[in-house]
Amino acid sequence: MMVEVLISLVKIFVIVLGFVMAVAGLLTLLGDRKQSSKIQNRVGPNRAKILGIGVLGIPHFLADGLKLVLKENIVPAGANRFLHTLAPVLVLAPALIGWAVIPFMDHYCTGTMQTTAEYTEICVGGEWKNYFSIMHLNAGLLFAFAIAAISVYGAAIAGWASNSKYSLLGGLRSSAQMISYEVSMGLSLAGILLIYGTLDLNEMARMQGYLLWDWLPMWGVVVQPLAFFLFFLAGMAETKRAPFDLPEGESEIVAGYLTEYSTMKFAGMQLAEYAATVFIAALIAVIFLGGWQIPYVYADGIRIFDNHWVPFGEQAWYWISIFLRVHAMIFKILVLVWLQFMMRWTLPRFRYDQVMTLGWKILLPLSIANLFVTALIVTLL
Amino acid sequence: MAEDIYKPIDQDIHSEPMILQMGPSHPATHGTVRFTLTLEGEKVIKCETEVGYLHRGFEKECEEATWTQVFPYTDRLNYVSPLLNNFGYALAVERLLGIEVPERCDWIRTIMGELSRLSDHLTCIGAGGLELGAMTAFLYAIEGRELVWDLIEQVTGARLTVSYGRIGGLKDDLTPDFAERWAYTRERLIEIHETTHKLLTRNRIFLDRMEGTGVITPEMGVSYGYTGVCLRSTGVAYDVRKDHPYFKYGEVDFDVPVGKHGDNMDRYLCRMEELVQSIRIIDQCLAKMKPGPINTDDPRVALPSKDKVYNTIEGMISHFKIIFEGVQVPAGEVYSYTEGGNGELGFYIVSNGTGKPWKIHVRSPSLIVMGGIHKLFEGGLLADIIPTFDTVNMIGGECDK
Repeated sequence: MMVEVLISLVKIFVIVLGFVMAVAGLLTLLGDRKQSSKIQNRVGPNRAKILGIGVLGIPHFLADGLKLVLKENIVPAGANRFLHTLAPVLVLAPALIGWAVIPFMDHYCTGTMQTTAEYTEICVGGEWKNYFSIMHLNAGLLFAFAIAAISVYGAAIAGWASNSKYSLLGGLRSSAQMISYEVSMGLSLAGILLIYGTLDLNEMARMQGYLLWDWLPMWGVVVQPLAFFLFFLAGMAETKRAPFDLPEGESEIVAGYLTEYSTMKFAGMQLAEYAATVFIAALIAVIFLGGWQIPYVYADGIRIFDNHWVPFGEQAWYWISIFLRVHAMIFKILVLVWLQFMMRWTLPRFRYDQVMTLGWKILLPLSIANLFVTALIVTLL
Repeated sequence: MAEDIYKPIDQDIHSEPMILQMGPSHPATHGTVRFTLTLEGEKVIKCETEVGYLHRGFEKECEEATWTQVFPYTDRLNYVSPLLNNFGYALAVERLLGIEVPERCDWIRTIMGELSRLSDHLTCIGAGGLELGAMTAFLYAIEGRELVWDLIEQVTGARLTVSYGRIGGLKDDLTPDFAERWAYTRERLIEIHETTHKLLTRNRIFLDRMEGTGVITPEMGVSYGYTGVCLRSTGVAYDVRKDHPYFKYGEVDFDVPVGKHGDNMDRYLCRMEELVQSIRIIDQCLAKMKPGPINTDDPRVALPSKDKVYNTIEGMISHFKIIFEGVQVPAGEVYSYTEGGNGELGFYIVSNGTGKPWKIHVRSPSLIVMGGIHKLFEGGLLADIIPTFDTVNMIGGECDK
C-alpha cells in the first residue's frame, strides 16, 4: 500500500511538475518569445544572463518569474477579495488535474509481451502495472472533460470579482466561448467513441496499434479525419489562445478578465493557459495520433507486412520500446503545441460573434453530421 | 395558477445599457482620444468622441516663432509622416511670398514626400494587423518602415523630427548614394508588400473582421469633409496630387486607387495599392531629376553663402536679418493644401508683413475624420471599433494640434 502511494506521488511529481510545468513554463519562453521572434524577424530575449551565460534567453524567463513573485499584489477597490484570489486557483488547478488520466505509455507488463495477429499486445504470464499514467480510470475521457469544464468558472469569477467593466466583458466572453465549444468538442469525439467503444484513454491508444492492410496505422486521424480537425479547432478555442483569444482580446477589452490581475495570480492564469494548451495537445495525441504508439514498433519487436524481427533480444527490446514510446508521446505533444503556436503567430483574432457563429453554425452541425455518418458505418460493418 | 408562472417573464427586469469609458489611455485608442460608449451587450448604440488630450497649442505656438522656426512644430503634427507636413507648410509660405523653388527641389520634395507616405501607410497597415491580433504582419510592415526611415535619416539627419523643409528650398541635397540605397529598400519593400498580401488580404478571419465594418458612404464622406484614403475608399477619386498637382506630381505617372464600399477592407486595400504607387512615383522622380541647385536664390528668403557672410557687410546684415527677424512675408493670406498621409493637409496662413506669422490654421485631416467617427461606430460591435479606428488612421499629434 505504502509503495503504491509512493509510486503515485513520484508519478504526480514527474508528470505535473517535471513535464507539464516544465513544458508550459518553457513554452512561455521558447514558444512565445523565441519562436515568435524567429517568425517575426526579431532576435528575441537575449539580454538577461547568469554568470555571462544566456542560453536561449532562459535567464530572461527566470528573471520574469522572479519579477512576478516580487511584485505588489493589487486587489482593485470594490473587488471581492476572496473570489479575486480564488479565481486563479480555479483556472490553474483543472489545467493540472486533467493530467491524471493521460497515459504516457502502456501499462508495464511483469510477464512477457506478445502481439496477436490483430496487432493487440497482450501480457502473458504476468500482470499489468500502471507506471506511466498517474491514475488509471476506465472513464478517463469523461474525467478529462469534466475537469476541463471547471476552468470556465475561474474565468467567469475572475471577470466578475475584479469590479471592472473590461474584466466583466472578458469573463462573459470566455464563459460563452468555452461553453459553446465544449459542445462541439464532445460531439466531435462521439464518433470516435463509437469506433473504439471505450472511454479509457490508454485502451484507445492501444487500439490504435492496429495496422490496416498490414501497413496503414489505424490512428484516430485516419478513421476520423473530420473529427480530428473539429476537435483541434474546438480545443484551441477552449484554451482561449489566438486566434480565439478574444476573452482577453488585447485591443478592445484591454486584457479581458486578466486586466486587474498582477503578480503570481496573473502568472498562474497565464501558466494555466499554457498548461491547457499542452493538455489539449496531449488529448489530441492520445485520441487521434496514436498516443504512445509508433507505427510498426511493438513491445515484442518490429512488424511490417507480416515481417517480424526482434532487435537486441526480447527483454532488452521491451525496455527500448518503452523508452521510444514515452518519447514518441512527448514528441507528438510538442509537435501539436508547436502547431498551435504557429497558428497563434500567423492568424488575426476573431470577433466575438464570429466565434459564436463558427461554434454553433459550423462546427456543431459538422460534428453531428460526422457522428451520424460514423454511426451509420459502424452499424453497417 | 398556470398564468402566474408566466407573469415574471413578462415583467421588465431592470436592465440598462452599460456606459464604458474607452480611453484616453486604452490600448486601442492610441493617440489619446476618449470614447464614451453606451453598450447594449457588446453592441455600440451611442458613441461620444472627445479629442484634445494631445493638444499642444500648435497654432498659437507658431505666432511666437519666425516663419522658419515653425518647421520643427510641423514635424509634430502628423508624426508618422513629418516630411509631408514640412513641405505642405513650406509650399504655403512660398505661395504667399510668390517665389518659385528650383526644379531639383521640387523633385526631392516629391521623393521625400512619397517616402513619408510609405512610412505612414506601412505603419497604418501594420498597426491594423497588430490590433486584430496578427502581430507578425505588424512586425513585417514595421521592418519596411524602418528601411524607409533609414533612408530619411540618411538624407535629413533625423528619423522622426526631421525639420527638413525650408522656405524656398531644403536643408540638404540627397546623399550621393541615395539611388543605390533606394534600389535595395525598394526591393525589400516589394517583398514586404507581397508578404503582407499573403498574410492578410485573403485571410478569412481578417476579411470577416474588415469587410462591411466601419462603412462610409460617399455622401457621408463628402458632407463630413473626409479626404484621403477615407474618402477614396468610398469611390470618390479625390487626390490633391492628381486634381491640383503641386511639386512634380503633374509630371509623373501614377494611379489613384479607389474603393467600392467604403469599408475597412477598402481602406486597407487602398493603402496597400498606394504603397505601390508611391514606389512608382519615386522611381520616376529618380529617373527624371537632374543635378542643380536646391535652394532659391531670392535674397528675401535665401541665406547668403558663408563666404559672403564673413567677408561682406551686406552678407552679414542679410544673414542676421533673416535669422533674427525672420523671412519678411508680405501681408496677405493664403490657403494652400497638399495631400498629407491621411488626406488633404491644408495650411491657412495670414501674414501682417512681419517675420512672424499672424495666424496659422491647420486643416488637419485627422480632426475632420474624428468629427464623424461616431457614425462609423454606432450600430456595430465593440470589437469593430478596433479595425475602424485603425483604418481611419487618426494621428493624435495632427488631430489635437
